[in-house]
Amino acid sequence: MSLLEINNATLKFGGVVAVNDLSFSVEEGEVYAIVGPNGAGKSTAFNLISRFYEPFAGTFTFDGNNLLERDADQVADLGIARTFQNIELFEHATVLQNLLVGRHRHRKTTLLEEMFFTPRVRREEERHREAVEEVIDFLDLQPYRNKMIAGLPYGVRKVVELGRALASKPRLLLLDEPASGLSVEETQDMRWWIDDIRKQMGITVLMVEHDMGLVSGVSDRVLALADGAKLAEGTPAEVQANPAVIEAYLGAGAV
Amino acid sequence: MRIHFKTSYHHDIRLFPDRWTLCVYGALLALAFALPYLIGEFYLGEVTNVLIWAIAGLGLMLLTGQTGQASLGHAAFLAIGCYANTILIEQGVPFIIAFPLAGVITGFVGLLIAIPVLRLHGIYLAIATIALSVLADDIIVLTEHWSGGVSGKFPEMITIFGFEIERWSMPSRFYYLVLVVTIICTLFYRNLLRSPLGRAFAAVRDSEVSATAMGVHIARTKGKAFGLSCMITGWAGALMGYYAGTFNNETFSLVISITLLMMIVIGGLGSIHGAFFGAVVVAFLPQALSILKDNVVGSGVAIPGLETGVFGLILIMFILFEPMGIYGRWLKIRTWFELFPFARKDMFRRQKSYLKTERLR
Amino acid sequence: MEVLQLLVSGLANGCVYGLIALGFVLIYKATEAVNFAQGDFMMIGAFVSLGLTNAEHMNLPFWVAAPLTISIMAVFGYLLDLFVLRHLFGQNQTAVVILTIAMGFVLRFIAGIIWGHEPQTLESPLALGDLHIGGVVLGMADVAIIVVTFLLTWFLYQFFQRTKLGLAMQAASQNQMAAYFMGIPVKRVQGLIWGLSGATAAVAGILFASKGAIDPNAGLLGIKAFAAAVIGGFGSLPGALAGGLIVGVIEPFAARYLAAGYSQIAPYALLLAVLIFRPHGLFSQVRVKKV
Repeated sequence: MSLLEINNATLKFGGVVAVNDLSFSVEEGEVYAIVGPNGAGKSTAFNLISRFYEPFAGTFTFDGNNLLERDADQVADLGIARTFQNIELFEHATVLQNLLVGRHRHRKTTLLEEMFFTPRVRREEERHREAVEEVIDFLDLQPYRNKMIAGLPYGVRKVVELGRALASKPRLLLLDEPASGLSVEETQDMRWWIDDIRKQMGITVLMVEHDMGLVSGVSDRVLALADGAKLAEGTPAEVQANPAVIEAYLGAGAV
Repeated sequence: MRIHFKTSYHHDIRLFPDRWTLCVYGALLALAFALPYLIGEFYLGEVTNVLIWAIAGLGLMLLTGQTGQASLGHAAFLAIGCYANTILIEQGVPFIIAFPLAGVITGFVGLLIAIPVLRLHGIYLAIATIALSVLADDIIVLTEHWSGGVSGKFPEMITIFGFEIERWSMPSRFYYLVLVVTIICTLFYRNLLRSPLGRAFAAVRDSEVSATAMGVHIARTKGKAFGLSCMITGWAGALMGYYAGTFNNETFSLVISITLLMMIVIGGLGSIHGAFFGAVVVAFLPQALSILKDNVVGSGVAIPGLETGVFGLILIMFILFEPMGIYGRWLKIRTWFELFPFARKDMFRRQKSYLKTERLR
Repeated sequence: MEVLQLLVSGLANGCVYGLIALGFVLIYKATEAVNFAQGDFMMIGAFVSLGLTNAEHMNLPFWVAAPLTISIMAVFGYLLDLFVLRHLFGQNQTAVVILTIAMGFVLRFIAGIIWGHEPQTLESPLALGDLHIGGVVLGMADVAIIVVTFLLTWFLYQFFQRTKLGLAMQAASQNQMAAYFMGIPVKRVQGLIWGLSGATAAVAGILFASKGAIDPNAGLLGIKAFAAAVIGGFGSLPGALAGGLIVGVIEPFAARYLAAGYSQIAPYALLLAVLIFRPHGLFSQVRVKKV
């Protein structure tokens, strides 16, 4: 059974069909990329998985759980973490605090315990901190640990957002354009990290990305979307060679 | 410049980052406890007033500074705390139980109100809470049977296991009571900030979308913030009742709500220090102004609206030139001295930002 | 007959709330912020017209003073934006809310120093005479308020729907950065809208002062106008007027038919009910954030 299985998902905004009868599945341990021109419904698909949008039709199953029975805030509890296209960090908090929010789903203490900061809360905090420090080491975020997000450069924010998602120790990581706005070197780093996330941490990655270099470098399988529907699916090389994909990207007559 | 050598994660979790800070706050606490022996009764009363406002400020700060929900109706919760405490004591409940209970009751009322109100965003929330503040006045009049209505109530003398406390005849005992409550509230606040709930508050404040994606339940978190905020505010209200000696439907007016919100903005949103700095301004501004007025236009001349007008002007100046409030200014000055002579002017420069509406059409 | 009389006086009051609410909506439409000092703008407008018109002050003819007041308030609004609000450009709404509340305090204080705290009346030609239609007595001022309010609402509505500047103002509110890149001078547009809301406040002030006495605390009427704006939905001009009328009409009826003490509650209770059941007003806008 696949880790994430989406069948016949459909979503309309007013008269516009954003996602049209879309089906795909992500296997445990793979890196699965979704590509497509702007407005193809890539981010919408992510928002459907995150339960920010309610689909008109379709089934969403994650590890045997029906996602449609969950609210948006319960998705994280299943072990799905994500990043956003236009970075959504907690601006007025430090990098450390941002990463610690990623640990939210692992908290065990109650309001009363936290008010009195009982030894149990202290132990839990240290445990969370250790988990976060692993992520900091992994992503080389040490210099920024106690810096406010509001003062950080774009590239670092992108990494912090990845770190926040990793801190929650997810089984499935959704990356919404992880390389957009990054320099060539930063994109290269991102590539190694995605590789390591899969290999070292054993986390399945589902990503939306425009940078075909990154996509063909890290992904096992690629899904090409156009107008909310599936255009092609296969290995990066197969999808890139698909005439329909070339046409959607470069326009009719390019083939 | 101080350099911290951290050898365990515990260093980041404990209340004071280093020994120096511990000493500073320890000295401050010692000074606070020695205060009744150092200054006269009048000024002790004023300091008590500062502390009571600071407690109320902490209450609102938790909601506005940490969770990002502006409330213009917190006077209503001061009132609930005050009336709950007084009525409980009138019913024969001892102070040591009635007082904490009054806060808890206020917190629960706040939670009940929060459920529908916190679905609202930004200005809608502000307006709903204004309505709450206006309604509180009318409701107190309508429930005259319990509340005493327009003629008001007089809180009874506090007795804790036979130990008597009264604001006028024994100001230093009352001061100690307020001081202890202040310390407890500050500790609660600090503890929440360094635990998962406090971070969830900040997450809700800064980005509801990604907070949700990280598993934070927005409504529940806001509800908790509202409840806790109201609980602390309720305690401040009960103390305010004792401090004033008498209160009625007009004691906790909309102006108090607004003053409270302005106070934490002037002090510095999102910091414990801010609540205390703001309280100092609120408590001492009327005195300073009346002294100034007596010297300029002579005593006996009443200038209505002077206090609120000047207070408003101070607030406008802060929002325009120092949005981080007094605490922000304090941080800048401290950093300048710590780094001397290496501080640069643009170290605290604000980022350019554009408003992006959450409205679709 | 009594019902009709209550209804008419309610409508006239409601129009004043509606006029203040129009000011809220104007600024909300263009900047996504709310001017909590709009009621105090109206109070200042009333006092300016009083200062220009009344015999003991400037003693100008009313029909000269009225347009002059409107221009003065428009300039006042523009300058306020230029020197104060522009500094908050791009900051969140809460900062603007708190700033404008503080501004209200300051305006009330200044008005008190200049014009004193005794209630004063405007020597307005509108204040003379009553109309008797059937058994209903209508003050001329009431009629004028109702007519002017409806005309102004229609005019502003057309302005936002039809003119380029009106559309630019709406665009500027929805995404400042995008509007900026599209060549809309966002900051100047914001200044103009503050001027426009100042002018609207002046109209409200002149009409209000024609109807009864004013003092520096008259601006607190703004709180009821909030209720009006929320009930109508913050983004809609006709909604603001409708909300004003609803609040205006409820008040006299509540005072007549409800027990004392409950009548003041009525507008706020309605406000809370609307906020709970239709959080974005009766003429609502959808609010979903895109990620």
